[in-house]
Amino acid sequence: MSALLELEDVNTHIQSFHILEGISIKVPKEGVTVLLGRNGAGKTTTLRTILGFHPPSDGSITFDGQLINGWPTYRIGSLGIGYVPEDRGIFAGLTVYENLKVAARDGVKEMERRLERVYQLFPDLKRATRQQAGTLSGGQQQMLALARILVSKNRLLLIDEPSSGLAPIIVDRVAEAISELKKELPILLVEQNYNMAREIGDNYYIIDQGSCVHQGRMEDLDNEPELKQRYLGVAV
Amino acid sequence: MFDTLFFNLLLNGLAHGMLIFLIASGLSLIFGLMRVVNFTHGSFFMFGAYVGRSIFLATDSFVLAILGGLLFGFVFGALVERIAIRPFFGNRVQLLLLTLGMMLVMNELVKVIWGPTILRFPRPDYLIGSFFLGDIILPYYRMFIVGFGLAVLIIVFLFLNKTRLGIIIRAGVENSDMVQAFGINIKQVFTFTFAMGVGLATVGGAISGPFLGVYPEIAMDNILVAIIAVVVGGIGSFGGSVAGSLLIGLINSFGGFYLPQAAMAFNVVLMALVLLIRPQGLFGKGGLARGR
Repeated sequence: MSALLELEDVNTHIQSFHILEGISIKVPKEGVTVLLGRNGAGKTTTLRTILGFHPPSDGSITFDGQLINGWPTYRIGSLGIGYVPEDRGIFAGLTVYENLKVAARDGVKEMERRLERVYQLFPDLKRATRQQAGTLSGGQQQMLALARILVSKNRLLLIDEPSSGLAPIIVDRVAEAISELKKELPILLVEQNYNMAREIGDNYYIIDQGSCVHQGRMEDLDNEPELKQRYLGVAV
Repeated sequence: MFDTLFFNLLLNGLAHGMLIFLIASGLSLIFGLMRVVNFTHGSFFMFGAYVGRSIFLATDSFVLAILGGLLFGFVFGALVERIAIRPFFGNRVQLLLLTLGMMLVMNELVKVIWGPTILRFPRPDYLIGSFFLGDIILPYYRMFIVGFGLAVLIIVFLFLNKTRLGIIIRAGVENSDMVQAFGINIKQVFTFTFAMGVGLATVGGAISGPFLGVYPEIAMDNILVAIIAVVVGGIGSFGGSVAGSLLIGLINSFGGFYLPQAAMAFNVVLMALVLLIRPQGLFGKGGLARGR
């Protein structure tokens, strides 16, 4: 299958640090592609490079056949790439509804049309539309972060560590929601929680010290205990 | 206690507070997006006073003076942002030096154009005189400033809370990266915010003219109290800039009357007290240390 998003030999410097040292990734038009690897391997930087927060110093990023490196972030976002950062990026002083409104790239009408489905996925948010987002629980904030990328027409979702800092029972709900989303949209997911990654992922890339060291189908990783221990710290 | 003097000081304080608010609200939003104090903001206020006066003398219409002041500020602000500020966006030290430099240039420029002495900005006929409430005398013009400030306050509040652009501005103050990820060109939003903030300051300058007089030092006098008002109220918070401005206006009015030698000291003491008890300001959320 042809790739929707393709990174080829991407290098990223942040100030004088060489963070990504030639990453190559293909995100297909369907399913969940997971970036695995230890802390500091360069997974988050990969997402932020795709979005133009850290433009690559070398290499190419193509989205749907179009070269997008060097583009400003807002243009990349406008292509239909939805982003959920690890810290959720919630606007704490705004209400839940206002948070959704900021994200309503295709207009408030389109947002209202999509809200029914969003509230079906996240009933908690419907009850809290007028609540200040900063007062939501961690799990609810994660739901809001996901909801924000669903109120506009997106073609690819970039989700960074959705399980981080959440109670196990909430992690299950987030995993469920993402499993629902993957039926509709391709997802590039960064996840340290191996069980969650295993549950919803289709393909994986292992990133170590700024480059891809391994890739394959998620289920094949079951038979690679050495790989898992070496790069992911998963006990065998 | 509640005599004419009290009500006059109260009205004076509210009127001055409203003028400070017209500077502080823009200053606060611009700081929220730029992460730098725009020292030029008081100079825009001063320019508004001069431009408003010139329009009033030329047309004999106070309404045109206000509208002209607003339009001048909006266009001038947009140009300054596009030409001078934008190339340095994201570089705080350079922006700080730039706005300081522009402040000095503008404060000297008015002396070249209009001269260094204080100029009289006459009141329109219909705002001369006072309202008598029993023994209490309330000058029309001060009441007008309070009413005008209140109207602007409501309009800006509704804009920031009810329109998508207003909500985007508030979101950008919190996290401009994330706003961009939603496909929004934050630079355009900032140009608009800067222009709007300057427009508020120049319109404030225009209506301040008949109240404070028109002279170059109003730039420096007012930028300092506006900065204090923003810090007291909480940086980036619109409600905070309202509360901070009115508080400073009242303290200046009462303090300036009873202990004129210490008027400025009152402001600084208030700021110190607020920062000790609530470092993020009265309405602030993140605190001064927050920033990116």
